[in-house]
Order: sequence, then structure tokens, then C-alpha cells
Amino acid sequence: MSYTQLAVTGVVIVVLFDLFVFRTRLVTRKAFWVSYAIIFFFQLITNGMFTGFGIVKYDGDAIVGSTSPVTGAPPFIGDGRIAFAPFEDLMFGFSLVLLSLSLWVLFGRWGINRTPTAGPPIWRKKGAKINQA
Amino acid sequence: MPASLSYVGVLVFVLVGSLWLEIFLRTRVLARWRRLLLVMVLVVWPFLLWDAYAISQGHWWFDTSRILGIYLPGEIPLDELLFFLVIPLASILTLEAVRSVKGWPVGDGVAASEGGDQR
Repeated sequence: MSYTQLAVTGVVIVVLFDLFVFRTRLVTRKAFWVSYAIIFFFQLITNGMFTGFGIVKYDGDAIVGSTSPVTGAPPFIGDGRIAFAPFEDLMFGFSLVLLSLSLWVLFGRWGINRTPTAGPPIWRKKGAKINQA
Repeated sequence: MPASLSYVGVLVFVLVGSLWLEIFLRTRVLARWRRLLLVMVLVVWPFLLWDAYAISQGHWWFDTSRILGIYLPGEIPLDELLFFLVIPLASILTLEAVRSVKGWPVGDGVAASEGGDQR
């Protein structure tokens, strides 16, 4: 299978695990998507560094875009790439992130280190009412 | 900085960008190290297998001057294993940071009185 096919398959499998195997249902939760939005921004920077500096290179037969150039950076955007990296990398990253968070929630549900819980931020007084909005 | 630290340098960027949350947003992820360790021990396997397959098929390869030069079975650079450990940590720190600020539930059994739910 190509990287493109594997990347799509990976996302589908991890989402199915989240929904039906671990039943953590993170993809239905606001907390997950807000977290992922933050992660996504840094993912673009991180993937961009790996590929823009030529640390990792890709075969054009495995991705939608073409093979990474021998010297110099690939296109910043276009040719199947976003911030130098094949868009497939974003799906690879999504799978890694969702599986990690799903397992984290699952183990919490099992009672493994459920506490101490997060917060409050240092600028907020302990015991202050959390704004749930 | 030696070129061989390029890959690891990116990981340091990720750690610098996320570890401060443990102190300033009191994410308490490192404090829950057993739970964190369990996630790490499990999550690396499917991605190491994927990595080994992709490397064997030539889907991707590495500039050998920009990685540590230490390899795991399957020709996987050690740098990649570190990636599969650092990204889960940074992701969990981010999720717990959002919970710290917003108090939204994620269904991990934390009681509603502590900013979670029982689902």
C-alpha cells in the first residue's frame, strides 16, 4: 500500500478504536477538537521543519505529491504538500495524537492515575469556579 | 550544533513548546507518570511497525547526516522512537492544558465536582 492509502486507513482504524473499541468517543468531544486545533498548528511547524530542512524525504510513488528534491526544500504549498510536508503526514500525526489521547482517557477511566486532575492555571485561584462555557 | 542533532532538535522544540504547561497550567501529566508510561509503552508499537514497513518500501527515508545514527531493528532511526514518545506526551499535555483552563470533560471518570463527568 502507498503512504496515502496507509494514512487514510490509519485514521479510519484509530477513529473506529476511539468510538467502538475503547469507546472513549473523543472525536465527539469539544475538549478533543480544541486540543487538536492547537496541536495542528504546531504539527504544521514540526512537519515543516522535518521536511523543509530535508531531515525526512518521501518517494513520489508513495504520496500524492512528487519525490522530495535531492537538495533544497520541496514546495511550501502545493503538489500534495502543506508547509513542505506531504499532507499524508497530517493524517499520520492525527492517528498518533488520537490514539495517544484515547489511551490516556481509557486508562483514566480504568482508574489508573485518574488524579491529580489538571488545573487550575497558576493565575487562577485554587477552588475558583471553572467557567464551563 | 552538529547536523546530526537536527532531528532531535525538532523534538526539543516540541518539548519546549509543551512542557511549560505542566508548571503554568498545572496539567499534572508528569505527576500521573504511570498512566503516561502506559500510554507510551502501547502507542509506539503500531507506529514503529508502520515506520519499519514504510522504510522497507522506500515510502520515506532520512538524511543520515541529520539523525543520531543509532538504529532499531527494521532500520528505524532511534530519533523516530523518540518522536513516537514525545508527540504523545505533547498531545496529552495539550489536552490537559485545555481541561485546566476550560474544565471540559473527556470521559475519563473524573467526577463532575472536579470538572469532569462520570461517563
